[in-house]
Amino acid sequence: MAARARTQNPYDIAPIGNVHLLHMTDAHAQLMPVHYREPQANIGVHNARNRSPHLVGKALLERYHIAVDTRQAHAYTHLDYSAAALEFGQVGGFAHLATLIKQLKAVRPGALLLDGGDLWQGSATALWTQGQDMVDASKLLGIDVMTGHWEFTLGTERVQSIIKNDLGGHTAFLAQNIRDKEFGDPVFPGHVMRELNGVPVAIIGQAFPYTPVANPAYLMEGWSFGIRERELQEKIDEVRRNGAQIVVLLSHNGADTDIKLASRVSGLDAILGGHTHDAIPSALEVKNPKGITLVTNAGSNGKFLGALDFDVRGGRIKNWSYKLLPVFSDLLNPDPDMSSLISDIRAPYAEQLSEVLATTDDLLYRRGNFNGSFDQLICNALRDELDAEIAFSPGFRWGTTLLPASNITMEDLMAQVAITYPAVTVNEMSGAALKTVLEDVADNLFNPDPYYQQGGDMVRVGGLGYSITPTAGAGERIGNLSLNGQSIDAGKSYKVAGWASVHRVEGEPIWDVVGRWLRSQKVVGTLLIEQPQVNGLTNNLGYAG
Amino acid sequence: MGNLNPLGLTRRSFVAVTSVLFVVAALPQKIWAAALRPETAFQTTTLEATFEALGGVPKVSDGIVFSTPDIAENGAVVPVRIEIDTSVLSDVSKIYVIVEKNPNPLAAVFQVPPNTQPYAETRVKVAQTGNLYAVAEANGQLYMMQRETKVTLGGCGG
Repeated sequence: MAARARTQNPYDIAPIGNVHLLHMTDAHAQLMPVHYREPQANIGVHNARNRSPHLVGKALLERYHIAVDTRQAHAYTHLDYSAAALEFGQVGGFAHLATLIKQLKAVRPGALLLDGGDLWQGSATALWTQGQDMVDASKLLGIDVMTGHWEFTLGTERVQSIIKNDLGGHTAFLAQNIRDKEFGDPVFPGHVMRELNGVPVAIIGQAFPYTPVANPAYLMEGWSFGIRERELQEKIDEVRRNGAQIVVLLSHNGADTDIKLASRVSGLDAILGGHTHDAIPSALEVKNPKGITLVTNAGSNGKFLGALDFDVRGGRIKNWSYKLLPVFSDLLNPDPDMSSLISDIRAPYAEQLSEVLATTDDLLYRRGNFNGSFDQLICNALRDELDAEIAFSPGFRWGTTLLPASNITMEDLMAQVAITYPAVTVNEMSGAALKTVLEDVADNLFNPDPYYQQGGDMVRVGGLGYSITPTAGAGERIGNLSLNGQSIDAGKSYKVAGWASVHRVEGEPIWDVVGRWLRSQKVVGTLLIEQPQVNGLTNNLGYAG
Repeated sequence: MGNLNPLGLTRRSFVAVTSVLFVVAALPQKIWAAALRPETAFQTTTLEATFEALGGVPKVSDGIVFSTPDIAENGAVVPVRIEIDTSVLSDVSKIYVIVEKNPNPLAAVFQVPPNTQPYAETRVKVAQTGNLYAVAEANGQLYMMQRETKVTLGGCGG
C-alpha cells in the first residue's frame, strides 16, 4: 500500500539526514500557474559544449535517463510541446508551490526556503505594485533567505525600503558581491548562519554580478557588483572559522559561471544557482583544489523546486541527496491562504489583466538562444507600429508560453514586457553599427570564459537576417547581414525600432505599442520565426534547430 | 543599511566632511609629481612603445596581484587594484597601470617609498575591450601581470 501511494504522489520524496534546503529561483513574479516552454537552442561552446546545462530535447532526456512522452520529459524539454502541455497541464503558481513546500517541510524539520532572485519582477501586478505583491506572497510562502537581480531595477530606494519595512524578521536579503562604489563597503549582509538540527549552516548570497551592465546602471547608482571571487573565498573562510559545517552559496551567477566558480573556490558544499533558467535534473559535482562542490540550477517561473538534503555527522557530510521537482499544478491542491492572498492582490486589477487583446493561432513562447515566437510577434508589432525597417527586442529568458488558440490578454503581454524601463525608441543605425550590436550580444552569450558572459540570449531581430558562428572569436561570429534579401551596407543608415534601452530615453511604453498592434490584428496567425543561419556546430547537443 | 559606523556616518559623508582638511595638505604633492612623471612614456600610443619607454618588455610575475573587473560596469571609470606579494617580488619602487587599447596606453604611475607595503588602487578609463597590465619596477627590472577587461554595450541580460 505504501509503495503504491508513493508512486501515485510524485512529491512524496523521503528526506535523508539533518540539513534540509529547499530552493526556488527566477519565479519572475508568476503568482498564477503558467506554461513555460524550455529551449530548443541552448548552445554550449568550448568547455560548455555538450555539457549540462547545454543539452536540449532528446539529448537531455538521454543524459538523464528520462523516458520520452512522459510528464518529466515535458517538464524538461520543448518536445511535442503543445500537445504535451494540454495533456499535463500548467506548471507553478504560488498557491500550488505553497502546498508543495508545506508537504516537503512536514518531513524535513528545520528546512530553510531559499530564493535565488528575480522574484519581484516579470508580471503586470509586480510592476504595478512595485514588487509589493511578490513581497507579500513570498513572506507567506516563508522564504527565509534571498538574493537578487531584477529586484534592483525597482531602484535602490525601493529595494532598501522593502528590506527595511517588509523583509525584517522574515527574509534575509544577502549579497556578498554588492559594494559601495567609492570604498567597497558591503551594501547588504553577505551571509546568514543558522543552526539546523544542531548543525551550523552558513548561507552566502551572490547577486547577479552584471546587473548594472545588463540592466540600467542609473537604477542602482552608487552600487558596484561583480563576481568578487576573492572576497567570496574570504567570506567562506570566515564562516568556516566561525563554525559553519555546511556552507552554501545562494547564487544568481548563471549555471556556467557557477560551474567555473565551483572549480576555483574552496569550501563550498553547494552552489544553488539561478539566472540562466536552466532546469538541471541532478546536481553537478564539480572538483576544486580542496574538495567537491555541488552545483544546481532550478529553472524558472515557479516551474521547479529543488530539495537538497545533507546528512552531517561529527562535522562531516556522510551523505547527500538532491531532487529537482517539476511543479505540476494539476497534481497539487492550491493552498487556501495563498490562493486568498493572490485573489486579493489581483482583484483591483482584474479588468486590466483580463482584457483580451487578440487571439493566437500559433504557440507563443520566448526561451531559446534565438527568436522565439513571442519575440517575433513583438518585433513585427514594432516594425508595423513605428514604420521601421528593423526591430530589436532583448533576449530575456523570462516570459511565459501561450498555447495555440489562446486569448492574448494584457496579463499575457505584460508577462513578456513588464519592466521599469519600457520606452520604445526609433534610431537611425549604420550597417556597421548593426553588426557591432550583434557581435556584442553574441560575445555575451558565447565567450569561451563564462566570467565574460552576462547571461540572456541573442538579441531578437525583426527584418534583419544574419549568420552566426558561435565557436568563432569575439567580433568574428556575425556575417551575411541582410534586409529583405539585400545585403546590409556597412555605411548605409537604417531605421531601427527597439525597447528596453539601458540608457535614459523617452518613448511610449512597449505594452502600449504592442497592445495597440494586437487589438488591430485581432487574430495572430502563423508566425514566420526569423532565425539566423547557425554555422560551425557539429553534433552540438544544445541545438535542436 | 548605509550606517556602517558608530558615528552614523557613511564613509562617503565622513570623507565629504574631512576632505577639506586634506586638500590643503596635499598641495605640495604636485611639485613632487612633476619630478616623477615619465612624460615620454605617457605620450606613447602603442603598447610596444610604452614598454620601450619604460625600459623593455616586462617579465610575467605571480608576485603582482592585479584585480580588475571582467566586465566593466562603466568603461570611463574602471576600478583597478595592484598588490605586491613581497615574498615573491621585493623592493618594488614603482607601479604602472597600462590599458592596451587606449590612445595613450600608460594610465598611471605610482612611486612606492622604500620599506613600505606596495599597494595601489585607482580608476582608469578603458576605451574598448582589451588587456590591462600592471607593471612593477624592482631593482631596475620590470615585471608584469595582465588581465582582460571587457567593455560592452550592455543590455539584453536576464
